[in-house]
Amino acid sequence: MTNISRDDVLKLARLSSLELAEDEIDGLRADIERILAYVEQLDELDTEGVEPAYQVTGLTNVMRDDKVEESPVARQTLLALAPEQQDNHIKVKKVL
Amino acid sequence: MSKLTIASCRASTARDNVERALARAAEVEDYHALITLTPDRARERAALVDSGEVGGRLAGVPFIVKDNYLAFGAPTTAAATMLENFDAPLQATVVERLEAEGAICIGKANLDAFAHGSSTENSAYGPTKNAVDPTKVAGGSSGGSAVAVALGIVPFALGSDTGGSIRQPASFNGVVGVKPTYGMTSRYGVVAMASSTDVMGCFTNTVEDSELVLQVMAGQDRRDMTTLPDYFVPAASSEGALRIGVIDDFMGEGTDETVRRQVHNYAERLAEAGHTVAGVSLPMAKYSLAMYYIIVPAEITSNLARYDGIRYGRRTALAASLTEVYGKSRDEGFMPENKRRIMIGSYVLSSGYFDAYYQKAQKARALLMREFDELFEQYDVLVSPTVPTAAFGFGENTADPIKMYLSDAMTVGVSLAGLPAVSVPAGATSDGLPVGVQLIAQRQDDARLLALARSMEVTT
Repeated sequence: MTNISRDDVLKLARLSSLELAEDEIDGLRADIERILAYVEQLDELDTEGVEPAYQVTGLTNVMRDDKVEESPVARQTLLALAPEQQDNHIKVKKVL
Repeated sequence: MSKLTIASCRASTARDNVERALARAAEVEDYHALITLTPDRARERAALVDSGEVGGRLAGVPFIVKDNYLAFGAPTTAAATMLENFDAPLQATVVERLEAEGAICIGKANLDAFAHGSSTENSAYGPTKNAVDPTKVAGGSSGGSAVAVALGIVPFALGSDTGGSIRQPASFNGVVGVKPTYGMTSRYGVVAMASSTDVMGCFTNTVEDSELVLQVMAGQDRRDMTTLPDYFVPAASSEGALRIGVIDDFMGEGTDETVRRQVHNYAERLAEAGHTVAGVSLPMAKYSLAMYYIIVPAEITSNLARYDGIRYGRRTALAASLTEVYGKSRDEGFMPENKRRIMIGSYVLSSGYFDAYYQKAQKARALLMREFDELFEQYDVLVSPTVPTAAFGFGENTADPIKMYLSDAMTVGVSLAGLPAVSVPAGATSDGLPVGVQLIAQRQDDARLLALARSMEVTT
């Protein structure tokens, strides 16, 4: 069985862009460990030489014509969804 | 009380149907099936229908969408505070298609946040009560939609089904719930969960109503490149004797005795109707939940990466840096089950674990699909319970995520294989709680599946 440490939880949180509150960490650690223990029953299966099934439709390379189309949604409508905007742009905190 | 159907709405004006639905919603508000009503837009649409400007196969018929469908008239919250103020800039393709045929959306139904859950207890806006026994859960994740139909607010409601989220609440509330073949209905404009198994479907009181609604919803959509070329046309009647397989693996000790009895009764009725009924084995079935809880969290972690507090959705007030904007907005806006799944997804996709978990699960999925395909060479339709139990109590399964996940043990395999399935009401437990039977068919065999379900309906 895979053991998940507190550090593992913090690393997964970082990979997931989740800044967890202190009181969430222990519960998540135990839950993740329990879920991994459950899914590890797949180890019993012999999957040697089996092609993975990433999709079910069999559709491949669905193409459309390379034509410019008017978006059904106006620029201002989309900008208005952003928590902060300025001068026709989405405003964010300083990056550098 | 006779059940609300699409046909029963046809005798009234659109305005009367809308007012009746809104009044009924207010009357049963205590069940908390809905997050928001959209009365203003519904009345506008009703006026268009009554004046003859808009008409069609669903003219004046009111409906409700799960609140992960983008629709006008109210925010699309996905039952999470992440999106509590999100006003959809467009509508889901299937909502557009229903509106074009005259149907009128009157509100948005409760769900487990981002459709992660099996009880609607993971909603940021509080749980939904079961329509038959309000001390029990509605099921989930489309719990609000199922309860809205069961309580007679509307004759049909839309849900989304990634691993059982339509079929399980249909079973718990005694209504019909259809998950079509993956790719029959467009996913465009619905909050994405796991893109390789997300399917849009519906709840109704009769199979016939589901067939009509699905016929309007179905069809290729250039905005969802996984949609299949148009193929769904409801069958006039069920064609002769079918070969039916009852999945033995789901009829053992793990399934409540009363549930098993109702499935046996249903199978007997199938035999009496002239169909050939035999027990069949699906050895990979017992691994399907393990595959599901690798593949689906992997897709969730990817799909939910878009909620970053920048372009739309919640932005924390507490961040000092850009990294904190991401991390804190996501911590505040997601529910605990969302975080569990996102982190499991990050784990199984991490370098070093990818082969052992994600790749392994996708190979196992191929084996499961092969077993289903082999069964469908000999059988037309497979039968099983929809859920191993009837509706459970509030808080009963919330302490242990695995216990909650087991509620979907009989539905997730069908999702991983992209098969169409319907949960139909099949009697009740000794406590009077509804039991559902799941009927499953080969990909794109939706019409025959639903015709069979219709032919078996008990008319009261």
